[in-house]
Amino acid sequence: MTKYETVIGMEVHAELLTESKQFCGCANEPMAAPNTHVCPVCLGFPGSLPVLNGKSVDLSLRTVLAFGSKINTDCIFERKNYFYPDLPKAYQISQRLLPLGEGGFVEIEMPGEDGTTQLKRVGLHDVHMEEDTGKSQHGQELSDADSSLIDYNRSGVPLLEIVSSPDMRSVEEAESYMNTLRQMLLYLEVSDCKMEQGRLRFEASVSLRPHGQEEFGTRVEVKNLNSMKAVRDSLRAEIARQTQLLDSGATVTQQTMLWDEVSGTTQPMRSKEQAHDYRYFPEPDLVPLQIDEAWLARVRDSMPELPRVRRERFQSALGLSPYDAALLTTTRDIADYYEATLQSLDKADGAAKTVSNWVANELLGRLNAENKTVVESPVAPAQLGELVKLIGDGTISGKIAKEVFDAMFESGRDAKSIIEERGLTQMSDSGELEAICRRVIAANPKAVEDYKGGKEKSFGALVGGVMKETKGRANPALVNELLKKQLSQ
Amino acid sequence: MSLIELSAYQLTQQIKNKKSSCREIVDEFLERIDDVEERVKAFVTVLPEEARRRADLLDKRLQSGEDIGPLGGVPVAVKDLLCTRGLRTTCSSRMLENFVAPYDAHVVERLAADGAITIGKANMDEFAMGSSTENSAFFPTRNPWDLGRVPGGSSGGSTAAVAALEAPLALGSDTGGSIRQPAAYCGCVGMKPTYGLVSRYGLIAFASSLDQIGPVTNDVRDAALLLQTIAGHDRRDTTSINRPLPDYLSALTGDIKGLRVGVPREFFAQGVEGYVSDAVRKAIDKLCELGAEAVEVSMPTTEYALATYYIIAPSEASSNLARYDGVQYGLRRHEPGDDIIAMLSKTRAAGFGHEVQHRILIGTHALSSGFYDAYYSKAQKVRTLIRRDFEKAFEQCDVLATPTAPTVAFELGAKTDDPFAMKLADVCTIPVNMAGLPAISLPCGLHDGLPIGLQLIGNLLDESTILRAAHAYEQATEWHKQRAELTKK
Repeated sequence: MTKYETVIGMEVHAELLTESKQFCGCANEPMAAPNTHVCPVCLGFPGSLPVLNGKSVDLSLRTVLAFGSKINTDCIFERKNYFYPDLPKAYQISQRLLPLGEGGFVEIEMPGEDGTTQLKRVGLHDVHMEEDTGKSQHGQELSDADSSLIDYNRSGVPLLEIVSSPDMRSVEEAESYMNTLRQMLLYLEVSDCKMEQGRLRFEASVSLRPHGQEEFGTRVEVKNLNSMKAVRDSLRAEIARQTQLLDSGATVTQQTMLWDEVSGTTQPMRSKEQAHDYRYFPEPDLVPLQIDEAWLARVRDSMPELPRVRRERFQSALGLSPYDAALLTTTRDIADYYEATLQSLDKADGAAKTVSNWVANELLGRLNAENKTVVESPVAPAQLGELVKLIGDGTISGKIAKEVFDAMFESGRDAKSIIEERGLTQMSDSGELEAICRRVIAANPKAVEDYKGGKEKSFGALVGGVMKETKGRANPALVNELLKKQLSQ
Repeated sequence: MSLIELSAYQLTQQIKNKKSSCREIVDEFLERIDDVEERVKAFVTVLPEEARRRADLLDKRLQSGEDIGPLGGVPVAVKDLLCTRGLRTTCSSRMLENFVAPYDAHVVERLAADGAITIGKANMDEFAMGSSTENSAFFPTRNPWDLGRVPGGSSGGSTAAVAALEAPLALGSDTGGSIRQPAAYCGCVGMKPTYGLVSRYGLIAFASSLDQIGPVTNDVRDAALLLQTIAGHDRRDTTSINRPLPDYLSALTGDIKGLRVGVPREFFAQGVEGYVSDAVRKAIDKLCELGAEAVEVSMPTTEYALATYYIIAPSEASSNLARYDGVQYGLRRHEPGDDIIAMLSKTRAAGFGHEVQHRILIGTHALSSGFYDAYYSKAQKVRTLIRRDFEKAFEQCDVLATPTAPTVAFELGAKTDDPFAMKLADVCTIPVNMAGLPAISLPCGLHDGLPIGLQLIGNLLDESTILRAAHAYEQATEWHKQRAELTKK
């Protein structure tokens, strides 16, 4: 353990899942062919004016409600002024003095020393709406190394910026914060959180201070973090860099660092690009945003159940283990799939646990192996439900069910048609089975002798014999019963 | 009487009664432009082909019995900061010298919908910054009453074109008096509507919270006619007011009995020449003769309006004009090896004239961290006080009568070295923009053969009352019938 305490704050930019951009009607499709979703407004052409996208306010409100932030029902937009080629108006419409949300928190879970889970609240400074910039493409990819191309598809895409307080004390806490936040945003369906596409972006600020010191150390911002791994690695590297500086008696300079994945180090940004005076002032082209009670009520009604609440419900109401409940609430889609499957059944006893096993083990296992998400599952919830039902009513055995599931997964067909086609119905006709059992006993005198001599194990061999004869279709309970009966005669 | 001497209203009657075709009217105005434009220099771009083509089209529609709209066949000069699709829109700046707008401004669409014919793009002070049209990067416009004098500004091209009978109607824009002051200097009627009455979509912004588009005409009826066309809600401008429009023409009843005319004493100080005060007081007497009553009112914050304006307007301008960076459109200056900052600096140094650069610097400074509270924030507070002064005044009266400008038109070059003296020309008009109120300027006298303007200021959205008062005054006087001689005195 070092002698310094780590202090981390995070700024998160999430592109919102709206159909159109923040201030114009262009499609919110930043990955489309370059400059195919642009208009005078998002290109910042002279004379164009912004009009706020109401859907993006809905999504932003949903988020601040989930954080329990104080909502500024009369909020304003401001201009953040700076020159950059991919910022076509040379200002970004953002919020500062009166953001949509102030305060609130994200609750993260950390393992405690005694193996229990500890809850920790990471406070939020504010949550505000803004617009994304375009994307520059420099140098080597073009024929002329000195020139740059700009794609304005992303220009004006709605962004939500979530600014945390410096409440995290370790890289692990920062990771937990990122994962929790990402899970919440996905649950809320406000962002698809695709980090690799820049739909969700993190920036961290890091400082160190001697344990017990109240005053914060000098903070350094770390940017260019394109993955969870980049955040983790850059934080470790930056903490190590600052530790070394402080240990050697030097001081940390307040600056912005860029994470360089190749060298695994943080590198200072060019000084020219630092220290902007953004000259914020209220955006005169937009009237203040007023959110009335009806609007808030509408958004409240559209709020989905949040991950933690759902997980707790899975444990308390459905009797799942903490592990299963956590696994099945990893994403909203998985939880929805699980519950849809359950609903297709008539709440039979034990169904919650059975379905949980099928989803968690079989379905997610196959999906992971094929790198698919639950939304892409070839087996629909109702289909899986039917399979579980067919096991429950004895139509097929659990063992056969796995074979049927594999076939369903590969073909997308219903369990019933596969069972019929392959003749996999469980054999529960005692007359037929009795005859088979008799044949097996007759063919295995050694096993019968051993069993009668007290070797319980040999019984299994006889069951296996029956199963082999019936290609696994025999009802195992019935086989047990019949064999025991015949052997005792 | 030649067609060019008719008002727009008379021209529409002429067309309706089939006494003239649209083409004949357009041809006469184009001929007039050919005759006098060399002396007046009102236009950056004249559009003979486009205007004739459109006139022919309208004539065809007339022949097939169609209604071609309330402005059907009437030529209009459009200030060159209003975007016109496929046509050069320069703001009289080197920066946009070759900028072709990709879309039409809302008002340009409205003009087209009502049958008007855009005959040319009118000269102006660069980016509407100035009071004499001498800040045009291309050439100064001359005052038709004395070619040695300025027409006022920034809409000097619009007012000169109307005064010189090059167009019966023109659109200007008014940020601090840019329609009314040149209208006064050129002996025209110029009106600034309530902020938000006319959509700013497609108006290249100078100061967004103050800019408003308005009519320039030779009489009050035409102002009402043109206002009817351009006013009204537009979803693309969120500051645009969504309310049913009154019928402005029907407001011209000639009856002003009982109208309370407020006379704010502060507007008769601040360097207002005696001959101006005298003419305006005589005009007020005239209104009283017609049944109005004069009420002395006091507006003590008026004296701070100019200083306040010169914080707010440049601040907004510094941000609005930041987009001219040479990246997407307009002028670009760079040399091999230049980085983006060098390109930006060279482009902006070459593209903007002195006055524009001056105001960008002032505005950038006023918004800078450490100065914001002392300048911008303070100015906004004063602005509120000015607004309250007007509110109080309108408790005692229905309109306010003041001079439009403290002097008559000054000589070309007389104030170019003294920017502060130049700015005093707007001292009577600026407070109106600060409060977002409607106001009209109309001729009320001559001094040494040069027109003097009477300003009537109305309450918010009460354009009807000032139009009614102005019309009544006009009916009782002959000033609006005086015509410029297009000579140098």
